Amino acid sequence: MSKDAILGEIRRGLKRGPLPEDQAMALRARLAAHPRHLIPARSRVPRPEQLALFVRNVEKEYGTVAHVAGLADVPAAIADYLAAQNLPTDFAMAPHPELQALPWHLRPMLQMRVGRAQPTDLVSVQHGYAAVAETGTLVLPAAPERPTTLNLLSDTAIVVLRASRVVGAYEEAWDLLRAERNDPVSNGFMPRNVMLVTGPSRSADIESTLELGAHGPRRLHVVLVDDDPAAS
Amino acid sequence: MLATSPAFKENATQALANAGLQKALTRTRPQHPAKRAAAVAALPEFEQLRDIGRDIKNHTIAHLDFYLETWAGNVERAGGKVHWCSTADDARAAVLEICNRVNAKTVTKGKSMISEELGINEHLEQHGITPVETDLGEYILQLRHEPPSHIIGPAFHLNREDWEESFRKAHTDLPADRVFHERRDIMSEARNELRAKFLAADVGITGANFLIAETGSSVIVTNEGNGDLTQTLPRVHIVLASIEKMVPTLEDATSLLRLLARSATGQDFSVYTTFSTGIRRPGDLDGPEEYHVVLVDNGRSAMVGTEFQDMLRCIRCSACMNHCPVYFSVGGHSYGWVYPGPMGAVLTPSLIGIDKAGHLPNASTFCGKCESVCPVKIPLPMLMRHWREREFERHLTPKAVRSNLALWAWFARRPGLYRVATRAAAAMLGWMGRRKGRFHSLPLAGGWTDGRDLPAPEGDTFFARYAREQRAGRV
Repeated sequence: MSKDAILGEIRRGLKRGPLPEDQAMALRARLAAHPRHLIPARSRVPRPEQLALFVRNVEKEYGTVAHVAGLADVPAAIADYLAAQNLPTDFAMAPHPELQALPWHLRPMLQMRVGRAQPTDLVSVQHGYAAVAETGTLVLPAAPERPTTLNLLSDTAIVVLRASRVVGAYEEAWDLLRAERNDPVSNGFMPRNVMLVTGPSRSADIESTLELGAHGPRRLHVVLVDDDPAAS
Repeated sequence: MLATSPAFKENATQALANAGLQKALTRTRPQHPAKRAAAVAALPEFEQLRDIGRDIKNHTIAHLDFYLETWAGNVERAGGKVHWCSTADDARAAVLEICNRVNAKTVTKGKSMISEELGINEHLEQHGITPVETDLGEYILQLRHEPPSHIIGPAFHLNREDWEESFRKAHTDLPADRVFHERRDIMSEARNELRAKFLAADVGITGANFLIAETGSSVIVTNEGNGDLTQTLPRVHIVLASIEKMVPTLEDATSLLRLLARSATGQDFSVYTTFSTGIRRPGDLDGPEEYHVVLVDNGRSAMVGTEFQDMLRCIRCSACMNHCPVYFSVGGHSYGWVYPGPMGAVLTPSLIGIDKAGHLPNASTFCGKCESVCPVKIPLPMLMRHWREREFERHLTPKAVRSNLALWAWFARRPGLYRVATRAAAAMLGWMGRRKGRFHSLPLAGGWTDGRDLPAPEGDTFFARYAREQRAGRV
């Protein structure tokens, strides 16, 4: 059995047998407590600065951000962005109740298909679960209402994100998942997949020179809904 | 992968004369240190994080058996399957068995150094399954039948003309007279070619940057998005991961991720950092229905408890080779196996044997730059020295080197004689080279002077000068 051979060889190297129960208990306690290590000071700032840091970092990584005052303004912001970029007005959209409840009728020119992305989709609209100011990173856990393909297959990925869901550090996003999610298969909190997305796809494989739009989206646009009273 | 490490010297000689390679090395060499330095400067806590990274990895290795078992339990709870593989043969067989069971015709692949180590592509091809590398760099290397020359920028040794030539040869359905105006045009062509392959693949194989015991997750870090397409679109996802990828918790992985991209490419964070945990959940509209982790040992568990245990901390960022003067003189292929540069010089002898890889730990000036940039503080020069000692003990060192070392040792054990001899030699060389200050050639020192000039001594030995300064009260 390879498993026994591998574990046996490791234990031989560590000069002990299977871990004694008291030590195993201490390790299980560490797993349960999942202690945080040093969190960089850059995101430990007052709320308005934290949000500004998030926006600055998205832009630093070649993403773009549009601010809207409320959820009702999202359709207009998306329509304006698509028009400004000379992009088609049809897109694939995540079947998230928050997105489906938006007043799309205000912009009748927009045509959406609700579901996962198809390879022919040029534009996708995804629901942002949370985001991390520290590096301008979107947190996109897979769920029936948040298909992973919407992060990947389109040329232009639009993410609708509420400002109240922007946290300082990655650790805070993990704690949101731990608190809010119950996985039906594992009984843990991790969904099948969590993508942390920082800017549009890129590669420097050709002559060590950065080019945007390798296999994933060439453009990443965040529609940031200013729903956080502490932010202003 | 067949190792050409025993031919390091011949490989290096050819590399030094390879104009295309030297052009690529010259282009890339200054970029890495500057990018890393800028990213580090922007994070004042970086040095503290290096200590934390080292400690997390040390803690994990000291309890690796516990964490592996905990992790495996959590993988299975999320509907995944763990395949424990002691050897490369076991791992190849496990991958093939999965592919055969689902009648796979084509397999897409994210970049994985373990895959190179195991020779997965060759094995699949031999059994009638077509592997398709999807990382841009790995894709062109597959077209050219070349191994990677760098662990994160596998094709950086190629120039634009190489890309254009390979693409024209491979993509024969496209107009032969098409023009690549910019690098972007080359990339777009690869994107279009590979899209169809992503969609057609039956199985997707990725590597893993980390395995997380707490959640049973595997983590990949990419910039292109190819790894995510590879693991999202096919019905089956296979993760190839070696045992030392383990970390206990998401928080532990997070601290190491703060080090990884900054050390690797000078980015604050890579574009896609993706945590995969088991199979598609009820109601999910995409994602694989099967999730397998082929867990590979292949010589690593034997490093635990030895002087090379520190090497198991490595997170494969490539900072050591990016800052290595030897690597940037001879390129990655010279090292002759999967892992080049300083980390390869330590790891390769552990995995394929010092008898085959003895040249690698000798290909270092011990300048120490690698250790100074390592995000988990692996003492790479010290580990290379350990390999040199083992090589000497096993009488693998060439005869001429051994006899010269013996001669030197004879003198070194007789300090009086040693000083007289070195004083005489220094004085004579200093006199001979007094006009130019250097030598283009010297008898018995051709190995040095073939490649560069030997500076002439200034007529004095270190000891003599030290004694003089001491008498003058200056030291």
